[in-house]
Amino acid sequence: MKKETKRKNFLSTLFRAAKEFALNSPIFIGVILCIGLFNTFISTQTLQKIFTGNVFSDTILGSITGSIIAGNPINSYIIGKQLLSDGISLYAIIAFLICWVTVGIVQLPYEISVMGKKFAFTRNLLSFLFAILIAIIGSTILGVIS
Amino acid sequence: MKKETRKNKFFGFYFLITVIVIYVILFFLNPDEFNKSLLASWKIFKMVIILIAFVIFLSALINYFLNPMKIAKNLSKEAGFKGWLISAVGGIISHGPPYVWYPLIKNIQDKGMNQSFSAVFLYTRAVKIPLLPMMIVFFGWHFTIIFNLMIIISSIFIWKIMERI
Repeated sequence: MKKETKRKNFLSTLFRAAKEFALNSPIFIGVILCIGLFNTFISTQTLQKIFTGNVFSDTILGSITGSIIAGNPINSYIIGKQLLSDGISLYAIIAFLICWVTVGIVQLPYEISVMGKKFAFTRNLLSFLFAILIAIIGSTILGVIS
Repeated sequence: MKKETRKNKFFGFYFLITVIVIYVILFFLNPDEFNKSLLASWKIFKMVIILIAFVIFLSALINYFLNPMKIAKNLSKEAGFKGWLISAVGGIISHGPPYVWYPLIKNIQDKGMNQSFSAVFLYTRAVKIPLLPMMIVFFGWHFTIIFNLMIIISSIFIWKIMERI
C-alpha cells in the first residue's frame, strides 16, 4: 500500500515536470526551427567570406558568428579547422569556438522564458566578453609557446 | 496560473507563429531551402527528444528525492568553492544542447541553487571531454590544453561576477 502511494507520488512529480516543459514547448520548437534555418543558410563558405584577415575585427566577427550559429560542437571544430587552414587568425577561431557553445542568440528567447531576462542577458553578455578575452590571452600564450 | 508564466506562454506562442510565418514565406520563395531547413530541424529534434525525456525524468527524480535544504547547502551562495566545483564538473560532463538543460537548472535554482552556479554550469559546457581527441588532432596539444584550461579558469570569474549581480 505504501509502495503504491510512493509510486503514485513519483508519477505525479513526473507529470508535473513534463507539464512544466510542455508549457515552454512553443518557444522550444520555435528555437529548433530557427536553428534549422541557420544551418541551411549559413555555410562554411559564407563564414569564410565574412572574415577579413584583420585580427581585431576577425575576433569580434568570430564571437558574433559563434553566438548566432547553434548546433553540435563537432561542427564548430570542423569549421574552425577549415578557417584556420584558410589563414584566419587564432584569435577569431578561439572566440568562435567558445561562443558556439557558451552564447546562444537563437535560443535566447527560450533561455529568457525559462531562466529569466536578467539572467539570460547577463550570462550571454559575460560569455561573449570572456570569449574575446580568452581569445586574446590564449592566442598570445600560444604565440609565445610556438 | 502565475502572471509571469502566462506572459511566457503567450510570448512562446507568438515566437512560434513568427518562425512558422518565416517558413511559409520560404516555402513560396525557395521550396528547396524550405525542405533543407525543415529536414535540418527534424534531425535536431530527433537528436534532442531522448535527451528531453531524460531531463524530465531527472527533474522528477530531483523533485522527489532531493532535499531542498541539501541543495541550498551545497549550491547556495554560501557554498563557495565547493558549489563552483560541483557546477563546473556538472557542466563539463553534461551532454547535448544547452537549451535542453534550462528547465532542470531552473528547477534546481528554485530549490536554492545560486544563479552564479547555473551560469558556471552553462559556461563550462564548452569543455567537451568526448571531443578532446578531435580537438587535439585538429588544433594540437598546446591549443587544447590552453583552450580548456582558460575556460575552466574564466568560469571562476563568471561565478564571482554573476554572484554580485
